Amino acid sequence: MSNLTPGLESLDFIFTGQRHAAPFEPVLVGVVGSGNLEVMLEPASGTECTIHIETSARGFGPIWEAVVRDFHQRHPLGGVRVSMNDMGATPAVVSLRLDQAVSELPA
Amino acid sequence: MDRMHWNTKALNRADRLARSRHALGGQLVGKRVATEAIGTLLEAVLEPNDRVCLEGNNQKQADFLAAALVQVDPQRVHGLHMVQSVLALPEHLDIFENGIARRLDFSFSGPQGARLAKLVSAGAIEIGAIHTYLELFARYFVDLTPKVALITAHAADAAGNLYTGPNTEDTPAIVEATAFSGGIVIAQVNEIVDGNATTLPRIDIPGDWVDFVVQAPRPNFIEPLFTRDPAQISEIQVLMAMMAIKGIYAEYGVQRLNHGIGFDTAAIELLLPTYGESLGLKGKICRHWALNPHPALIPAIEAGWVESIHSFGSELGMEDYIRARADVFFTGADGSLRSNRAFCQAAGHYACDLFIGSTLQIDLDGNSSTATLGRIAGFGGAPNMGADARGRRHASPAWLKAGREARAGRGGASGTPRGQKLVVQTVETFREHMQPAFVERLDAWTLQEQAGMELPPIMIYGEDVTHILTEEGIANLLLCRSDAEREQAIRGVAGYTAVGLGRDRRMVENLRDRGVIRRPEDLGIDPRDATRNLLAARSMRDLVRASHGLYAPPKRFRNW
Repeated sequence: MSNLTPGLESLDFIFTGQRHAAPFEPVLVGVVGSGNLEVMLEPASGTECTIHIETSARGFGPIWEAVVRDFHQRHPLGGVRVSMNDMGATPAVVSLRLDQAVSELPA
Repeated sequence: MDRMHWNTKALNRADRLARSRHALGGQLVGKRVATEAIGTLLEAVLEPNDRVCLEGNNQKQADFLAAALVQVDPQRVHGLHMVQSVLALPEHLDIFENGIARRLDFSFSGPQGARLAKLVSAGAIEIGAIHTYLELFARYFVDLTPKVALITAHAADAAGNLYTGPNTEDTPAIVEATAFSGGIVIAQVNEIVDGNATTLPRIDIPGDWVDFVVQAPRPNFIEPLFTRDPAQISEIQVLMAMMAIKGIYAEYGVQRLNHGIGFDTAAIELLLPTYGESLGLKGKICRHWALNPHPALIPAIEAGWVESIHSFGSELGMEDYIRARADVFFTGADGSLRSNRAFCQAAGHYACDLFIGSTLQIDLDGNSSTATLGRIAGFGGAPNMGADARGRRHASPAWLKAGREARAGRGGASGTPRGQKLVVQTVETFREHMQPAFVERLDAWTLQEQAGMELPPIMIYGEDVTHILTEEGIANLLLCRSDAEREQAIRGVAGYTAVGLGRDRRMVENLRDRGVIRRPEDLGIDPRDATRNLLAARSMRDLVRASHGLYAPPKRFRNW
């Protein structure tokens, strides 16, 4: 058995960035609460955008994939690590938090 | 039918009254029946197979009479045909379980929906039909006229005059049909005034139409159905409210409207004095309402947005506020609200240009329904609010614009100029627990098969829906010219649901170019601006403050 909290599902996605993020301090938006999530952006080496998700709602992998793919199409960032802790947020809330987090980055 | 005699109803009525007087003896003084003698009265008045209206409204309930009806002797009273708008109390179904009642015509069964479905499948209840409110009231005057009406009022005087007060609701329609067709009207009241030292604030039902009055041991139950705590409104609901105001209300210049219950519409109400104001829309939209006294509308009323509100019922805690804003609400000379469900339903259907409400499921034709498996619930007033009024003949700019959009380029009968009501379904693409709001097939079809209904229980037909609003955008179905376009317009706002992911991306982009689908950015709305700070009240306490302390929320909504 892994050391994951029982019931949580982990998902990872990697996209190739087209726009390298300027140096930035880590960004945190949202809160871990029912129907909500927190999103953290950190600088990372390389040209990729890696996305790690811990979610309490199991079995929605394909929807997460569609949501983060659209996110990366809107913001084709590289050199960024995105981490999310989710407690059953809807795709609408996830997309909103991701956009809010990106708007904190230096232009 | 005996047509040698033309006064059988009057004779039957006289029989029932004589039986009652005899059975009650000293427990009847004038029209007043002793509380403990209610069972005696019911057994004397009722005959087997009578058609009975046991007043069950959306909000107030004749709960004492309901409890008394459950207790009558089924040997004497049985086979009743119940004709009432709402089944809200367990007693409303208990009478079917013990054989007192057999047949049912109704409109809405909310909390009793699951038990109703079980009793129907067990053969304990025969359902005549599930109606809208207005439809059931209409049938009271055609072929479902009550023989006995068991109603509830706030107070009575010795002559039987009734004060129904803010929660008048269905009472006038029920009493009118019963009293003028040789029926018997029995009223439970919270208090009795003597008519001399104490008088009724006003007369809502003349005593001449009421046969018996009984004081209930406890005030009638009233449910605060329309209170929504602003603290629970989400940013997504704020975003959708911004789109409704800018993309629909402003676009069509909607002056007269009805809002369904829910957080989505509460968000719109709370955004009028903030976001609506910033768009310069005050006085241009939302001036006249067919609406219960929603606490969430207080900030807009205080900011001078609202000229008039007519109400189906009342809302607990709003009494003093309404009294103090008599220019806006319909109030009697005594100052308190007069609601009337039948008139307000007619107002919502014929005199409003827009209805907006939420739903549980929408299919690819735009049909929407709140019907779920294992429950028989009905839809109350929504189908009348959410339907084009085909009999409407007066014009307004909003109605004409919607009609033009629907008819542009069409000829013959379907191109004949006329207006159309705006019917907006507002849903987040996923409800709680990730239940998709968009589905290939409504549960209503399976429910139809299970319950042996003649039609699937669809709340609002796709043909009547003009706009679907989600967090992804607005689909304007008026502009669609084929079933295929309509399907893609719906898929195009269905987000990450299976229906949404199944879209034809090229066709959806084409619909967007034509303005059939409009995204927040197409409307000049940045979703990141959709914060709770835009709400004119963010808590119940804010609502109380906005009302200058006049709104007194029920205890369960007080968290400070």
